[in-house]
Amino acid sequence: MDLGKSTFWGYKRENGRIGVRNHVLILPVDDLSNAAAEAVASNIKGTLAIPHPYGRLQFGADLDLHFHTLIGTGSNPNVAAVVVICIEDQWAKKVGDAIAATGKPVAYFGIEQHGDHDTILRASKKAKEFVQWASELRREERPLKDLWVSTKCGESDTTSGCGSNPTVGNAFDKLYPHGVTLAFGETTELTGGEHLVAARCRTPEVKKKFQFMFDRYQAIVEAHKTSDLRDSQPTKGNIAGGLTTIEEKALGNIQKIGRKCLVDGVLDKHETPTGPGLWFIDSSSAAAEMVTLCAAAGYTVHFFPTGQGNVIGNPILPVIKLCANPRTVRTMSEHVDVDVSGLLRKEMNPDQAGDALLECMFRTANGRLTAAEALGHREFVLTRLYESA
Amino acid sequence: MIHFVVHDEGDSVGVVVVEGVKSGQKLNGWIMDQDKDIAIDAKSDIPIGHKLAIKALKSGDTVIKYGVDIGKTIADIAVGEHTHVQNLRTKRW
Repeated sequence: MDLGKSTFWGYKRENGRIGVRNHVLILPVDDLSNAAAEAVASNIKGTLAIPHPYGRLQFGADLDLHFHTLIGTGSNPNVAAVVVICIEDQWAKKVGDAIAATGKPVAYFGIEQHGDHDTILRASKKAKEFVQWASELRREERPLKDLWVSTKCGESDTTSGCGSNPTVGNAFDKLYPHGVTLAFGETTELTGGEHLVAARCRTPEVKKKFQFMFDRYQAIVEAHKTSDLRDSQPTKGNIAGGLTTIEEKALGNIQKIGRKCLVDGVLDKHETPTGPGLWFIDSSSAAAEMVTLCAAAGYTVHFFPTGQGNVIGNPILPVIKLCANPRTVRTMSEHVDVDVSGLLRKEMNPDQAGDALLECMFRTANGRLTAAEALGHREFVLTRLYESA
Repeated sequence: MIHFVVHDEGDSVGVVVVEGVKSGQKLNGWIMDQDKDIAIDAKSDIPIGHKLAIKALKSGDTVIKYGVDIGKTIADIAVGEHTHVQNLRTKRW
């Protein structure tokens, strides 16, 4: 596939970023606001509420991450407009103003001194205005480099390492020279191969930051684990599936970044990419948590290779599922967007598999719903750093 | 029919991608990076997703997969033999 002149059709947002979806979000800042948010989304067809369990009594870096994730999600170019609901006015304004800095329409409402009913009434009026406005927006033709693509694997088995992960790597190698902004993460899953990722960091500075993130996560695992690591990496499930050493498992994971991509930058969980290239995001290896962070960082399409069949999606980031396990493709077909099981039967080669994934990427960017979107998988999972006060 | 795949021709091991591989069976392998074929006789029953040696290994040898060191053997391993936790260990601990 010659990507040199490739384009896609996306929504140009006020800040110049290009989205591939046109969501109107009803965003609760805290758990108390979920009911009102869901009521507004029910009243106004075509809006999307993203309820979640957190937002109260958090403090420090954990609270900062909470705000970053909400603000980043609202700011993502796949979102046209946002209605923010919070138990009180000050944080409603804080989140609302931060998202409004992107230039998109934002309204915010506090429940205190109003109650749910009045809040739902006020918020519904704005939500209706926003969704009717958004429905008249049109896609325009954009160059490939306006796409931001993230990746994470899940429910992996040996077909991931042999098939679906290298397929992502092949696609990433093809996207990288065209100035696409890419991301990978899953910090602990690199264990055993972290030196390989470190060696691919573009500068000593990037390498140092990567090592810092990696070591920090290892320290957290060490501080809290209750059994010898020998028994848990690889896991019993991994071993039953054929993975023997932690290095082998990590290598299967690292296939996703291909052979040619360098790691151009490292982001902490609350940071956003500042340019094109491949970014490492310090993140959990739990699927929905990591994808939620990718969406908050501004990514607009996600590649999700799976072996045993991961089913998650995201409210605003279209998650493309690819799979090389023939049994999964057969038994969980409704969840699979790109079937690359032919790779392990030599019916396709790695280049063809990579091209099949890129073809799906373009179709998804241009509007085709992913399986996860069509199935209603909208997992929105906030990463927590420690207990609430 | 492909029974096992190898990432790179420098690797010591391949991965079985079909069910029911039995000792003595003639296996067809595909080296994906160089797009070459390779034939090996299975010396063990090998479950799907598990590895077999494609080069003869002595105890203490480094095992290469994806062109990278993934551990060391703790026993001699013949070509076609099941390579897993009973004869391959991480160097890490």
